Amino acid sequence: MIGIEPERVQFSWISAGEGERFANIIEKITNEVKKIGPAKRLVKGAKQ
Amino acid sequence: MIQNLRTEVKKLLKDKKVDIIIGWEKGSLPLSSTPAFIQKEEDVDRLIFDETCRNNLTTYLTKDKRKLGKTYDKIGIIVKGCDARSIVLYSIEQQIKRENIVIIGVPCNGILEKKKILQKTDGKEILKSKIDGKNVHLKGRDFDLTIPLKDVLCDSCLTCKYPDAPVHDIFIGKPRKEVDIKDEFKNVIDFEKKSSEERWEYIKEEYSKCIRCYACRNVCPACYCNECFVDQNDPQWIGKTPEVTDSIIFHLIRNLHVAGRCVDCGACVSACPADLDLRIMNKKVEKEIKERFDYTAGLDINEKPVMASYCENEKQDFIMG
Repeated sequence: MIGIEPERVQFSWISAGEGERFANIIEKITNEVKKIGPAKRLVKGAKQ
Repeated sequence: MIQNLRTEVKKLLKDKKVDIIIGWEKGSLPLSSTPAFIQKEEDVDRLIFDETCRNNLTTYLTKDKRKLGKTYDKIGIIVKGCDARSIVLYSIEQQIKRENIVIIGVPCNGILEKKKILQKTDGKEILKSKIDGKNVHLKGRDFDLTIPLKDVLCDSCLTCKYPDAPVHDIFIGKPRKEVDIKDEFKNVIDFEKKSSEERWEYIKEEYSKCIRCYACRNVCPACYCNECFVDQNDPQWIGKTPEVTDSIIFHLIRNLHVAGRCVDCGACVSACPADLDLRIMNKKVEKEIKERFDYTAGLDINEKPVMASYCENEKQDFIMG
């Protein structure tokens, strides 16, 4: 709504026993966030 | 109408049904009103109700004793539709005991937005004013204007579906019942269609005007925390500068705190000295809650708070695989 990239905020349920699932999801998110690069919005002093 | 209101209020005071009546009286400037606290029968004639009765007086009902000076056992309060919905929330959230409050509903035709009027007069001082049915007549030193009422009503009044108190003990005059409004969320829907860049630009532009005076929070009937998160130092939740990032975070958190509780009374918009578009985010959250939970705040006094109840078949489409 305010223009934050949807890839940057993601939700999931992972149980403490689901180690592999945790690793997979984290990898997926980090890849997606890397793709869109560093946050420029809502960051103090960032060049807009 | 006003005579009926005064007679009813006098009766309440005479029969000792209430200790104090909270309503509006004429303000010192044209087109202004100010809260009135009436305890004696002879003061009842000061009460007014018209398009200038802006304040959502229900904030005086919360436990915050700084506002009324002391606690009263029985309080009578004069309310518009939005104000009554705030009382419903207080009751749901156990801030008041419903039986201690006498709710007096009045028929509301919308409230004037001072900022819109001042735009029409180019900021020039209004010396005399008169409201009749559909127009407002304004007189100043070098102008004489007649403006249709609907041009200078609050935005929230223009999309108001519930002008009458959904819960009341006494209703003065004729209720308008539910008003059929189809484009209640028009501003939000238009905004959602824009691109991420456009939305960010708009939000940044709007919220950079914020001077962090917290007037929006202070007038908000839903903001009654003893200590607001913005005032806390340990831990300090947000930066306290008027820098745009800090301001956006403040407003976003406030949006979420009033999620499912905001009745769109427009008090924050009217109180804002920097003329921010505070309504767009509140309306967005309202729309989201309406779509997901089919819930509208402040209509049913027996309903559970929407953000504090859980139902198994709620949509979970925001959760990834």
